[in-house]
Amino acid sequence: MQVPAPFEYERATSVDHAIGLLGRLGGSARLVAGGHSLLPMMKLRLTDLEYLIDINDLHADLGHVRVERDEVRIGAMVRHRELLESAELARALPVFAEAERVIADPVVRNRGTIGGSLCQADPSEDLSAVCGALDAVCVIRGADGERLVPMDGFHRGPYETAVGPDEMLTEVRIPLHPGGSSAFEKVERRAGDWAVASVAAAVQVEDGLITGARVGMAAVGPDTVTVPGLSEALRGQRPSEELYTHAAEIAARACDPATDTRGSADYKRHLAGELTRRTLRRAVAGTEGKA
Amino acid sequence: MTAVEETPAGTAEPVGHGRMLRKEDPRLVRGRGRFVDDVQLQGMLHLAILRAPMAHARIVSIDTAAAEAHPKVKAVVTGEALAEKGLAWMPTLSNDVQAVLATDKVRFQGQEVAFVVAEDHYSARDALELIDVEYDMLDPVVDARRALEPGSPVVRDDLDGKDDNHVFDWETGDRAATDAVFERADVVVSEDLVYPRVHPAPMETCGAVADFDSVEGRLTLWSTTQAPHAHRTLYAMVAGLPEHKIRVVAPDIGGGFGNKVPIYPGYVCAIVASLVVGRPVKWMEDRSENLVSTGFARDYIMRGEIAATRDGRILGIRTNVLADHGAFNAQAAPSKYPAGFFGVFTGSYDIEAAHAEVTAVYTNKAPGGVAYACSFRITEAVYLVERIVDCLAHELEMDPVALRSKNLIRPEQFPYTTRTGWVYDSGDYEPTLREALRISGYDELRKEQEERRARGELMGIGVSFFTEAVGAGPRKNMDILGLGMADGCELRVHPTGKAVVRLSVQTQGQGHETTFAQIVAEEIGIPPQDIDVLHGDTDNTPFGLGTYGSRSTPVSGAAAALVARKVRDKARIIASGMLEANVTDLEWTKGAFAVKGDPDRSVTIQEIALRAHGAGDLPDGIEGGLEAQVCYNPENLTYPHGAYVCVVDVDPDTAQVSVRRFVAVDDCGTRINPMIIEGQVHGGLADGVGMALMEMIPFDEEGNCLGGSFMDYLLPTALEVPDWETGHTVTPSPHHPIGAKGVGESATVGSPPAVVNAVVDALKPFGVRHADMPLTPSRVWDAMRGRATPSF
Repeated sequence: MQVPAPFEYERATSVDHAIGLLGRLGGSARLVAGGHSLLPMMKLRLTDLEYLIDINDLHADLGHVRVERDEVRIGAMVRHRELLESAELARALPVFAEAERVIADPVVRNRGTIGGSLCQADPSEDLSAVCGALDAVCVIRGADGERLVPMDGFHRGPYETAVGPDEMLTEVRIPLHPGGSSAFEKVERRAGDWAVASVAAAVQVEDGLITGARVGMAAVGPDTVTVPGLSEALRGQRPSEELYTHAAEIAARACDPATDTRGSADYKRHLAGELTRRTLRRAVAGTEGKA
Repeated sequence: MTAVEETPAGTAEPVGHGRMLRKEDPRLVRGRGRFVDDVQLQGMLHLAILRAPMAHARIVSIDTAAAEAHPKVKAVVTGEALAEKGLAWMPTLSNDVQAVLATDKVRFQGQEVAFVVAEDHYSARDALELIDVEYDMLDPVVDARRALEPGSPVVRDDLDGKDDNHVFDWETGDRAATDAVFERADVVVSEDLVYPRVHPAPMETCGAVADFDSVEGRLTLWSTTQAPHAHRTLYAMVAGLPEHKIRVVAPDIGGGFGNKVPIYPGYVCAIVASLVVGRPVKWMEDRSENLVSTGFARDYIMRGEIAATRDGRILGIRTNVLADHGAFNAQAAPSKYPAGFFGVFTGSYDIEAAHAEVTAVYTNKAPGGVAYACSFRITEAVYLVERIVDCLAHELEMDPVALRSKNLIRPEQFPYTTRTGWVYDSGDYEPTLREALRISGYDELRKEQEERRARGELMGIGVSFFTEAVGAGPRKNMDILGLGMADGCELRVHPTGKAVVRLSVQTQGQGHETTFAQIVAEEIGIPPQDIDVLHGDTDNTPFGLGTYGSRSTPVSGAAAALVARKVRDKARIIASGMLEANVTDLEWTKGAFAVKGDPDRSVTIQEIALRAHGAGDLPDGIEGGLEAQVCYNPENLTYPHGAYVCVVDVDPDTAQVSVRRFVAVDDCGTRINPMIIEGQVHGGLADGVGMALMEMIPFDEEGNCLGGSFMDYLLPTALEVPDWETGHTVTPSPHHPIGAKGVGESATVGSPPAVVNAVVDALKPFGVRHADMPLTPSRVWDAMRGRATPSF
């Protein structure tokens, strides 16, 4: 059995309590939600934290999925399983259920949270690509109040985010567009494995023309939560296989994968393109009859 | 799914062989199993091992002061301290030596450097971080292909005069005769095949609880071992403790697959710790320690060559193998077989000549070499022959089934002596192959494949036909470190007709408590529910070499049948007294003796048991009691065989492989409990899919192990495997008392080539003839692009 080094533990009773603890304890404290990234790191003794602040009791405050007319608000403590099982969310943003079906396994999905996934900022993490494609905005709260950071600027590099040492992510807000749909594709070596590559795409189609499109990728570079230049290339165009091929080329160029045991850099680059093609194709199909 | 026909307990007709729920399952499925980590003793301390963070480095100094100062630490021991007691090195199962704790240098990442004994597991682990080791880095030997280059760093400079990384050369077959058939062959096909390093990865990791009683001078060791008796003898030899003062207990074992055959440094550390501190000590490795440091499997780099006539008659097979044995040659195999049973690489085919040479090298990687359900390297041999035969079919543009069929050993040729000297005991191959083709609908599958190919879809059909050699083995030529590979068995029938059978082999989940009760039940007519099977405790069971290489049923199963017959012979004499009839006038029907021609005059085995222990005289010269013991020395190995068909679909764009169907027809001779056989086959097939598609222990250029967790070392799940379709034929072994052959490893041996053959077949439109395992999407994509050498 792998066992962690000694640490102190406190259960936060409110968001303000958690933020207060972070402010007082400084950089040696970490929040734990689902714990499916942090606990293995602790057991492998890859962290040097001294204090663990458990925010699982904040699910009542931060466990909401609210689908409104032009926006979806997802609390940071929403579990993967809740994202997978929300019928309302699946109707508004099908990409969530598609991604959640292939994120880890039921045991992890029962505990892991969207906030934990985004804040871990693992370059192979799927929900970051989903939120990138959806142009999500992260709500970060500190002692002085809230600030909003778009997904584009949320990741500061592998395992680094815009969330300061005494702040916490509390909510993810996703704009809804008329005629919008979305899709997710992942290639993994085995069910439950991290992605060799995964791609999320979100599109809006009005009167047969693409009015907006974004693609986010995971596992193909240090930060690929959005593919630059892709929206511009697709906007105003009529959907076609040629257009998807063009988009796939942009995505393949935008990624910066490394060769590792999951696959060669060339293969991952190929997948970035192929999965971009597939997700766009399906996302566009999903818009039919919506606008 | 296979229906389980449950046989109710206490039915009038004794069951013997047949489907029956496993007797051990109520305990295991209710969480009442007792594993090594469940052992809790008064005053027990906990041991943790400090391991080398790099593959190759000289130890400059070790400072243990801070660890010793930890308030809960009882002892810190280094290699230097062990050396003072002469215990720093131990023999391996292949007559090499292995460091218990490193003294001079570390030779693989994860090697044992020091250990801490503390009051609890957490403190022991914390104290490891307080040990300060200064290393002087050395260049590692990582690529086995470069291990013999002049100027290569020398891994084993501890061995006298050793100035290279050579372990052994071994050859078999007739080189000249083989070269001659290759000279005159119409077609010669060569292929380089790598069977990568994989790991058995049992659910339960390795561990031990050592309890040394200094007053009695007695050591009790609970440990995760597949071979408790062999381990006890080796501890006696190494530690100098008298053997009768050592008790090795293997409680419930959570999977072995060969991983629990070797003696690991951790077991020895636990024993030393208990001797030093005078209290019981538990050592239980964690998952990463298990994956990084314990017995791996395979790591064979093979060049296979096959010679044939234009019309598909195979003339000869030859191969060169480079074997990576890691830092210590700790392979578990019979002494005279340094490459295990790789000599059966001629497979199931009647050919004219064969030759193999194997060169083994040391590298800076974990030691081991035979593990993971491989029947002593037959996995590698079968992969070689079944892959190279497919390559030949590819070159001849022949159907791989037709090619195999043309070359299979014919039934009238058994017992068949192969060109490398193995005597296959029995076999009738063609019906087994036909059954697999029937179940799979092979001809329809080929038609479907044609249609799909026309649409640009990639569907593959892979076939393998294997012959296994299991049940080591005849003591005239098989031993491990001088211990003959025979097994004892004791049977005692209690006065009320219940019985206990004691085995020398050790189950790790295979169902011995059921299978052996059934073997005895069939012979003696006592229902299996009334027969208790004891194993795993050297104080309570007869000597024998343990469970690995599918040897339990071929060797120990034979012992169980014979000991039951011995008891039955005595029962017959007692019955003759009870029935006042001559023994030759008695007839045995399962469970009772009756006077021939007068079935009303009969006595049951239960009545005989009571008589054997009861009042009144027994026939002249017959002692009371109803028990016997035997030690069985097998006359030959048993040779099960099977035909497998795998169907895969490959995504042409992402190169992902999905296994659509898998048909396995096995022939393991007499089938004792078909349900248990099917379970063994199912597990082995999952193993095979795992190895073919995802499992590998890779290393980077510095020799860092990249497979040290289940995030990195992938095992297949229910989502990667299809519903298994199994079938069987029955060709009994002529020399086994009940005609049974081993089956535990058949599927692991036979399935990887079927999967790989299927994937390669799917890639035929790309001109692919071979691609190395594991066939991850990236590797398949590389193969489609003509790239043969993967990065990992």
